[in-house]
Amino acid sequence: MDYGVAGTALTSGILFGYVLEQAGFGSPCKLTAQFRLTDWSVFKVMFTAILVAAFGILLLQSGNYFGSSGFFVPTTFFWATALGAALIGAGFAVGGYCPGTSVVGFMSGRIDGLVFMLGMVLGILGFAAVYDAPLTQTILHTAQIGAKTLPQWLGVSPWFVLSAMVILAVGGFVLGRMMEQRSHGVLTAEDIVEGVDPTIESSEKGSAVHGNLGVGSVSHTRAV
Amino acid sequence: MSGSSPVCSSVRPLWPPLVAGLVLGLVLILTFVLVGNGVGASGTFASIAAWLGFQLAPAATESNGYLGHMVANGANPFASWIVVEVIGVAIGALLAAVSAGRFKVRVDVGAGKIGVMPRLLLALAGGLLAGFGSRFAAGCTSGVGLSGTAMLGMAGFIFLVVFFVVGLAVSALMRRVW
Repeated sequence: MDYGVAGTALTSGILFGYVLEQAGFGSPCKLTAQFRLTDWSVFKVMFTAILVAAFGILLLQSGNYFGSSGFFVPTTFFWATALGAALIGAGFAVGGYCPGTSVVGFMSGRIDGLVFMLGMVLGILGFAAVYDAPLTQTILHTAQIGAKTLPQWLGVSPWFVLSAMVILAVGGFVLGRMMEQRSHGVLTAEDIVEGVDPTIESSEKGSAVHGNLGVGSVSHTRAV
Repeated sequence: MSGSSPVCSSVRPLWPPLVAGLVLGLVLILTFVLVGNGVGASGTFASIAAWLGFQLAPAATESNGYLGHMVANGANPFASWIVVEVIGVAIGALLAAVSAGRFKVRVDVGAGKIGVMPRLLLALAGGLLAGFGSRFAAGCTSGVGLSGTAMLGMAGFIFLVVFFVVGLAVSALMRRVW
Protein backbone atom coordinates (compact mmCIF):
# COMPACT_ATOMS: atom_id res chain seq x y z
CA MET A 1 0.00 0.00 0.00
CA ASP A 2 1.55 3.29 -1.07
CA TYR A 3 1.30 6.62 0.68
CA GLY A 4 -1.42 7.89 -1.69
CA VAL A 5 -3.72 4.99 -0.87
CA ALA A 6 -2.98 5.32 2.85
CA GLY A 7 -3.69 9.05 2.56
CA THR A 8 -7.14 8.54 1.07
CA ALA A 9 -7.91 5.89 3.68
CA LEU A 10 -6.87 8.18 6.51
CA THR A 11 -8.75 11.17 5.06
CA SER A 12 -11.98 9.23 4.54
CA GLY A 13 -11.70 7.66 7.97
CA ILE A 14 -11.07 10.93 9.82
CA LEU A 15 -14.05 12.60 8.14
CA PHE A 16 -16.27 9.54 8.75
CA GLY A 17 -15.34 9.28 12.44
CA TYR A 18 -15.67 13.03 12.95
CA VAL A 19 -19.23 13.10 11.53
CA LEU A 20 -20.33 9.98 13.45
CA GLU A 21 -19.22 11.53 16.75
CA GLN A 22 -20.87 14.87 15.93
CA ALA A 23 -24.12 12.99 15.27
CA GLY A 24 -23.89 11.50 18.78
CA PHE A 25 -23.17 7.99 17.50
CA GLY A 26 -20.47 7.32 20.08
CA SER A 27 -23.26 6.91 22.61
CA PRO A 28 -24.76 3.41 22.96
CA CYS A 29 -27.85 5.00 24.53
CA LYS A 30 -28.48 7.25 21.57
CA LEU A 31 -27.82 4.40 19.13
CA THR A 32 -30.12 1.88 20.83
CA ALA A 33 -32.82 4.55 21.31
CA GLN A 34 -33.43 4.08 17.57
CA PHE A 35 -34.57 0.51 18.24
CA ARG A 36 -36.73 1.71 21.14
CA LEU A 37 -38.17 4.17 18.56
CA THR A 38 -37.66 7.12 20.93
CA ASP A 39 -34.78 8.78 19.03
CA TRP A 40 -34.71 8.42 15.25
CA SER A 41 -31.27 9.92 14.69
CA VAL A 42 -29.76 6.69 13.33
CA PHE A 43 -32.50 6.36 10.71
CA LYS A 44 -32.34 10.06 9.77
CA VAL A 45 -28.55 10.25 9.50
CA MET A 46 -28.20 6.94 7.63
CA PHE A 47 -31.04 7.58 5.22
CA THR A 48 -29.99 11.15 4.47
CA ALA A 49 -26.40 10.01 3.86
CA ILE A 50 -27.58 7.15 1.62
CA LEU A 51 -29.82 9.45 -0.44
CA VAL A 52 -27.15 12.15 -0.84
CA ALA A 53 -24.47 9.60 -1.75
CA ALA A 54 -26.74 7.60 -4.08
CA PHE A 55 -27.76 10.81 -5.86
CA GLY A 56 -24.13 11.90 -6.26
CA ILE A 57 -23.00 8.47 -7.42
CA LEU A 58 -25.83 8.24 -9.98
CA LEU A 59 -24.93 11.70 -11.30
CA LEU A 60 -21.27 10.70 -11.63
CA GLN A 61 -22.30 7.44 -13.33
CA SER A 62 -24.53 9.20 -15.83
CA GLY A 63 -21.57 11.49 -16.56
CA ASN A 64 -19.58 8.29 -17.09
CA TYR A 65 -17.16 9.29 -14.33
CA PHE A 66 -16.47 5.71 -13.25
CA GLY A 67 -15.93 4.51 -16.84
CA SER A 68 -18.04 2.10 -18.85
CA SER A 69 -17.62 -0.78 -16.40
CA GLY A 70 -18.76 1.33 -13.44
CA PHE A 71 -17.38 0.28 -10.09
CA PHE A 72 -17.30 -2.92 -8.11
CA VAL A 73 -20.60 -3.96 -6.57
CA PRO A 74 -20.15 -7.23 -4.65
CA THR A 75 -22.24 -10.31 -5.47
CA THR A 76 -24.95 -10.98 -2.91
CA PHE A 77 -25.67 -14.33 -1.30
CA PHE A 78 -29.05 -13.89 0.36
CA TRP A 79 -28.66 -16.08 3.46
CA ALA A 80 -25.14 -14.88 4.25
CA THR A 81 -26.20 -11.24 4.10
CA ALA A 82 -29.44 -11.84 6.01
CA LEU A 83 -27.80 -13.91 8.76
CA GLY A 84 -24.97 -11.41 9.12
CA ALA A 85 -27.39 -8.49 9.30
CA ALA A 86 -29.51 -10.33 11.89
CA LEU A 87 -26.49 -11.02 14.09
CA ILE A 88 -25.21 -7.44 13.76
CA GLY A 89 -28.72 -6.12 14.57
CA ALA A 90 -28.90 -8.40 17.63
CA GLY A 91 -25.36 -7.42 18.67
CA PHE A 92 -26.33 -3.76 18.35
CA ALA A 93 -29.39 -4.20 20.61
CA VAL A 94 -27.42 -6.26 23.15
CA GLY A 95 -24.09 -4.44 23.16
CA GLY A 96 -25.14 -0.93 22.17
CA TYR A 97 -22.85 -0.55 19.16
CA CYS A 98 -22.14 -1.70 15.64
CA PRO A 99 -18.52 -2.21 14.54
CA GLY A 100 -17.86 1.38 13.39
CA THR A 101 -19.66 3.11 16.22
CA SER A 102 -17.83 1.04 18.85
CA VAL A 103 -14.62 2.71 17.64
CA VAL A 104 -16.31 6.13 17.98
CA GLY A 105 -17.61 5.18 21.45
CA PHE A 106 -14.16 4.08 22.62
CA MET A 107 -12.46 7.20 21.26
CA SER A 108 -14.92 9.40 23.16
CA GLY A 109 -13.83 7.66 26.36
CA ARG A 110 -16.19 4.70 26.64
CA ILE A 111 -14.53 1.54 28.00
CA ASP A 112 -17.57 -0.49 26.90
CA GLY A 113 -16.70 0.46 23.30
CA LEU A 114 -13.28 -1.15 23.73
CA VAL A 115 -14.88 -4.27 25.23
CA PHE A 116 -17.29 -4.46 22.26
CA MET A 117 -14.26 -4.30 19.92
CA LEU A 118 -12.62 -7.14 21.88
CA GLY A 119 -15.85 -9.13 21.54
CA MET A 120 -15.77 -8.60 17.76
CA VAL A 121 -12.22 -9.97 17.49
CA LEU A 122 -13.28 -13.04 19.48
CA GLY A 123 -16.43 -13.40 17.34
CA ILE A 124 -14.32 -13.33 14.15
CA LEU A 125 -11.94 -15.95 15.60
CA GLY A 126 -15.07 -18.02 16.29
CA PHE A 127 -16.16 -17.57 12.67
CA ALA A 128 -12.71 -18.65 11.47
CA ALA A 129 -13.01 -21.78 13.65
CA VAL A 130 -16.26 -22.84 11.96
CA TYR A 131 -15.41 -21.45 8.48
CA ASP A 132 -14.70 -24.83 6.88
CA ALA A 133 -17.78 -26.51 8.35
CA PRO A 134 -20.29 -27.60 5.68
CA LEU A 135 -23.10 -25.52 7.21
CA THR A 136 -20.99 -22.34 7.12
CA GLN A 137 -19.98 -22.94 3.52
CA THR A 138 -23.60 -23.63 2.57
CA ILE A 139 -24.79 -20.37 4.12
CA LEU A 140 -21.95 -18.41 2.51
CA HIS A 141 -22.41 -19.74 -1.01
CA THR A 142 -26.07 -20.56 -1.64
CA ALA A 143 -28.96 -18.36 -2.79
CA GLN A 144 -26.77 -16.17 -4.97
CA ILE A 145 -28.70 -13.22 -6.34
CA GLY A 146 -28.04 -12.64 -10.02
CA ALA A 147 -28.77 -8.93 -9.99
CA LYS A 148 -26.10 -6.76 -8.42
CA THR A 149 -28.32 -3.79 -7.71
CA LEU A 150 -31.96 -3.28 -6.74
CA PRO A 151 -32.78 -1.42 -10.00
CA GLN A 152 -31.39 -4.39 -11.99
CA TRP A 153 -33.37 -6.83 -9.87
CA LEU A 154 -36.60 -4.87 -10.35
CA GLY A 155 -35.81 -4.04 -13.96
CA VAL A 156 -36.38 -0.33 -13.45
CA SER A 157 -34.30 2.84 -13.74
CA PRO A 158 -32.02 3.63 -10.77
CA TRP A 159 -33.63 7.08 -10.67
CA PHE A 160 -37.00 5.41 -10.05
CA VAL A 161 -35.54 3.47 -7.10
CA LEU A 162 -33.93 6.65 -5.75
CA SER A 163 -37.25 8.50 -6.01
CA ALA A 164 -39.02 5.70 -4.13
CA MET A 165 -36.33 5.88 -1.44
CA VAL A 166 -36.87 9.64 -1.09
CA ILE A 167 -40.59 9.05 -0.51
CA LEU A 168 -39.79 6.28 2.00
CA ALA A 169 -37.34 8.56 3.79
CA VAL A 170 -39.79 11.45 4.03
CA GLY A 171 -42.39 9.04 5.43
CA GLY A 172 -39.84 7.75 7.93
CA PHE A 173 -38.85 11.27 8.98
CA VAL A 174 -42.50 12.24 9.61
CA LEU A 175 -43.21 9.02 11.53
CA GLY A 176 -39.96 9.42 13.48
CA ARG A 177 -40.73 13.00 14.44
CA MET A 178 -44.18 11.97 15.69
CA MET A 179 -42.77 9.16 17.82
CA GLU A 180 -39.93 11.33 19.14
CA GLN A 181 -42.38 14.01 20.22
CA ARG A 182 -44.62 11.47 21.94
CA SER A 183 -41.79 9.95 23.93
CA HIS A 184 -39.73 13.15 24.41
CA GLY A 185 -36.85 10.82 23.72
CA VAL A 186 -34.25 12.63 21.63
CA LEU A 187 -30.93 12.44 23.48
CA THR A 188 -29.00 15.72 23.58
CA ALA A 189 -25.24 16.15 23.86
CA GLU A 190 -25.62 16.67 27.64
CA ASP A 191 -27.75 13.54 27.97
CA ILE A 192 -25.17 11.31 26.32
CA VAL A 193 -22.26 12.77 28.30
CA GLU A 194 -23.99 12.82 31.69
CA GLY A 195 -25.85 9.51 31.21
CA VAL A 196 -29.44 10.74 31.22
CA ASP A 197 -32.25 8.92 29.46
CA PRO A 198 -34.96 11.50 28.75
CA THR A 199 -37.61 8.78 28.33
CA ILE A 200 -37.11 7.16 31.73
CA GLU A 201 -38.32 10.18 33.69
CA SER A 202 -41.71 10.29 32.00
CA SER A 203 -42.32 6.54 31.73
CA GLU A 204 -41.42 5.86 35.37
CA LYS A 205 -43.60 8.70 36.51
CA GLY A 206 -46.40 7.05 34.58
CA SER A 207 -45.98 3.69 36.30
CA ALA A 208 -45.17 4.98 39.79
CA VAL A 209 -47.90 7.55 40.16
CA HIS A 210 -51.21 5.77 39.81
CA GLY A 211 -54.06 7.75 38.40
CA ASN A 212 -51.69 10.21 36.78
CA LEU A 213 -53.24 11.34 33.54
CA GLY A 214 -49.84 11.70 31.95
CA VAL A 215 -50.68 11.73 28.28
CA GLY A 216 -47.02 11.49 27.39
CA SER A 217 -46.48 8.23 29.25
CA VAL A 218 -49.64 6.61 27.92
CA SER A 219 -48.84 7.33 24.32
CA HIS A 220 -45.24 6.35 24.98
CA THR A 221 -46.33 2.85 25.93
CA ARG A 222 -48.52 2.65 22.87
CA ALA A 223 -45.72 3.95 20.66
CA VAL A 224 -43.41 1.16 21.72
CA MET B 1 -34.57 16.82 31.38
CA SER B 2 -34.91 17.62 27.71
CA GLY B 3 -34.87 21.34 27.13
CA SER B 4 -33.32 22.16 30.49
CA SER B 5 -29.67 22.13 29.49
CA PRO B 6 -27.47 24.33 31.65
CA VAL B 7 -26.47 27.60 30.04
CA CYS B 8 -22.83 27.37 31.10
CA SER B 9 -22.36 23.78 29.88
CA SER B 10 -19.08 23.15 28.09
CA VAL B 11 -20.69 20.36 26.09
CA ARG B 12 -21.43 21.50 22.54
CA PRO B 13 -24.72 20.39 21.00
CA LEU B 14 -24.81 17.51 18.53
CA TRP B 15 -25.21 18.21 14.84
CA PRO B 16 -28.84 18.00 13.70
CA PRO B 17 -29.38 14.54 12.10
CA LEU B 18 -30.10 15.90 8.63
CA VAL B 19 -26.90 18.01 8.70
CA ALA B 20 -24.84 15.03 9.88
CA GLY B 21 -26.48 12.87 7.20
CA LEU B 22 -25.78 15.42 4.46
CA VAL B 23 -22.09 15.72 5.43
CA LEU B 24 -21.79 11.94 5.77
CA GLY B 25 -23.27 11.53 2.29
CA LEU B 26 -20.70 13.96 0.88
CA VAL B 27 -17.90 12.05 2.65
CA LEU B 28 -19.20 8.86 1.02
CA ILE B 29 -19.20 10.46 -2.44
CA LEU B 30 -15.66 11.74 -1.86
CA THR B 31 -14.54 8.23 -0.86
CA PHE B 32 -16.16 6.67 -3.94
CA VAL B 33 -14.46 9.27 -6.15
CA LEU B 34 -11.06 8.79 -4.50
CA VAL B 35 -10.95 5.00 -4.20
CA GLY B 36 -14.00 3.52 -5.94
CA ASN B 37 -15.52 2.04 -2.80
CA GLY B 38 -17.29 3.27 0.30
CA VAL B 39 -16.33 3.34 3.97
CA GLY B 40 -16.35 0.33 6.28
CA ALA B 41 -15.24 -0.88 9.69
CA SER B 42 -15.52 -4.58 10.46
CA GLY B 43 -12.77 -5.68 8.04
CA THR B 44 -10.26 -4.10 10.40
CA PHE B 45 -11.32 -6.42 13.20
CA ALA B 46 -10.80 -9.40 10.89
CA SER B 47 -7.23 -8.15 10.43
CA ILE B 48 -6.78 -7.86 14.20
CA ALA B 49 -8.21 -11.38 14.61
CA ALA B 50 -5.76 -12.70 11.98
CA TRP B 51 -2.84 -10.95 13.72
CA LEU B 52 -3.90 -12.21 17.17
CA GLY B 53 -4.45 -15.73 15.86
CA PHE B 54 -0.99 -15.69 14.28
CA GLN B 55 0.61 -14.60 17.56
CA LEU B 56 -1.13 -17.32 19.56
CA ALA B 57 -1.20 -20.21 17.06
CA PRO B 58 0.80 -19.41 13.88
CA ALA B 59 0.43 -22.80 12.18
CA ALA B 60 -3.33 -23.07 12.80
CA THR B 61 -3.91 -19.51 11.65
CA GLU B 62 -1.86 -19.93 8.45
CA SER B 63 -3.79 -23.06 7.54
CA ASN B 64 -7.17 -21.57 8.45
CA GLY B 65 -9.51 -21.22 5.49
CA TYR B 66 -10.66 -17.76 6.48
CA LEU B 67 -7.69 -16.07 8.21
CA GLY B 68 -4.87 -17.87 6.39
CA HIS B 69 -4.56 -15.59 3.38
CA MET B 70 -4.17 -12.53 5.63
CA VAL B 71 -1.00 -13.87 7.27
CA ALA B 72 0.32 -16.19 4.52
CA ASN B 73 3.99 -15.86 3.51
CA GLY B 74 4.74 -13.27 6.15
CA ALA B 75 1.98 -10.92 4.95
CA ASN B 76 1.13 -8.05 7.27
CA PRO B 77 -2.60 -8.26 8.08
CA PHE B 78 -2.62 -4.54 8.90
CA ALA B 79 -1.43 -3.40 5.46
CA SER B 80 -4.88 -2.78 4.06
CA TRP B 81 -7.05 0.21 3.14
CA ILE B 82 -9.73 -0.58 5.73
CA VAL B 83 -7.26 -0.75 8.65
CA VAL B 84 -5.84 2.71 7.86
CA GLU B 85 -9.37 4.02 7.33
CA VAL B 86 -10.49 2.80 10.77
CA ILE B 87 -7.40 4.41 12.34
CA GLY B 88 -8.72 7.56 10.68
CA VAL B 89 -12.19 6.95 12.16
CA ALA B 90 -10.60 6.75 15.61
CA ILE B 91 -8.66 10.00 15.07
CA GLY B 92 -11.72 11.81 13.68
CA ALA B 93 -13.95 10.65 16.54
CA LEU B 94 -11.35 11.71 19.11
CA LEU B 95 -11.01 15.16 17.50
CA ALA B 96 -14.79 15.65 17.49
CA ALA B 97 -15.33 14.39 21.06
CA VAL B 98 -12.51 16.49 22.53
CA SER B 99 -13.34 19.66 20.60
CA ALA B 100 -17.03 19.44 21.58
CA GLY B 101 -16.31 18.75 25.26
CA ARG B 102 -17.86 15.29 25.00
CA PHE B 103 -14.76 13.24 25.85
CA LYS B 104 -15.18 11.52 29.19
CA VAL B 105 -13.58 8.25 30.32
CA ARG B 106 -16.21 5.93 31.78
CA VAL B 107 -18.18 2.75 31.27
CA ASP B 108 -21.37 4.00 29.62
CA VAL B 109 -24.17 2.43 31.64
CA GLY B 110 -26.70 4.84 30.16
CA ALA B 111 -29.14 6.12 32.74
CA GLY B 112 -27.72 3.65 35.26
CA LYS B 113 -30.30 0.89 35.05
CA ILE B 114 -27.47 -1.67 35.00
CA GLY B 115 -24.14 -1.96 36.79
CA VAL B 116 -20.67 -1.71 35.29
CA MET B 117 -19.93 -5.44 35.07
CA PRO B 118 -23.25 -6.43 33.47
CA ARG B 119 -22.78 -3.57 30.99
CA LEU B 120 -19.31 -4.78 30.04
CA LEU B 121 -20.58 -8.36 29.68
CA LEU B 122 -23.36 -7.15 27.38
CA ALA B 123 -20.83 -5.15 25.36
CA LEU B 124 -18.66 -8.27 25.01
CA ALA B 125 -21.66 -10.41 24.02
CA GLY B 126 -22.85 -7.80 21.51
CA GLY B 127 -19.37 -7.60 20.03
CA LEU B 128 -19.21 -11.39 19.70
CA LEU B 129 -22.50 -11.46 17.78
CA ALA B 130 -21.53 -8.51 15.57
CA GLY B 131 -18.04 -9.85 14.83
CA PHE B 132 -19.34 -13.32 13.98
CA GLY B 133 -22.17 -11.88 11.88
CA SER B 134 -20.00 -9.37 10.04
CA ARG B 135 -18.03 -12.18 8.39
CA PHE B 136 -21.21 -13.75 6.99
CA ALA B 137 -22.42 -10.41 5.62
CA ALA B 138 -18.87 -9.53 4.44
CA GLY B 139 -19.25 -6.18 6.14
CA CYS B 140 -21.25 -4.28 8.71
CA THR B 141 -23.63 -1.36 9.08
CA SER B 142 -21.04 0.95 7.46
CA GLY B 143 -19.69 -1.23 4.68
CA VAL B 144 -22.84 -3.07 3.57
CA GLY B 145 -25.70 -1.05 5.09
CA LEU B 146 -24.44 2.46 4.32
CA SER B 147 -21.96 2.14 1.44
CA GLY B 148 -23.72 -0.83 -0.19
CA THR B 149 -27.11 0.87 -0.22
CA ALA B 150 -25.56 4.10 -1.55
CA MET B 151 -24.57 2.00 -4.61
CA LEU B 152 -28.18 0.68 -4.66
CA GLY B 153 -26.63 -2.79 -4.20
CA MET B 154 -28.89 -5.73 -3.34
CA ALA B 155 -26.89 -6.61 -0.23
CA GLY B 156 -27.35 -3.12 1.20
CA PHE B 157 -31.14 -3.24 1.07
CA ILE B 158 -31.34 -6.80 2.43
CA PHE B 159 -28.93 -5.82 5.20
CA LEU B 160 -30.84 -2.72 6.30
CA VAL B 161 -34.24 -4.42 6.39
CA VAL B 162 -33.02 -7.45 8.38
CA PHE B 163 -30.80 -5.29 10.62
CA PHE B 164 -33.69 -3.02 11.62
CA VAL B 165 -36.28 -5.80 12.05
CA VAL B 166 -34.02 -8.01 14.21
CA GLY B 167 -32.69 -4.97 16.10
CA LEU B 168 -36.24 -3.90 16.96
CA ALA B 169 -37.18 -7.39 18.12
CA VAL B 170 -34.08 -7.98 20.26
CA SER B 171 -34.28 -4.46 21.64
CA ALA B 172 -37.83 -5.17 22.82
CA LEU B 173 -36.40 -8.09 24.83
CA MET B 174 -33.48 -5.99 26.09
CA ARG B 175 -35.64 -3.11 27.35
CA ARG B 176 -35.89 -4.64 30.79
CA VAL B 177 -32.12 -4.80 31.05
CA TRP B 178 -30.84 -1.44 29.76
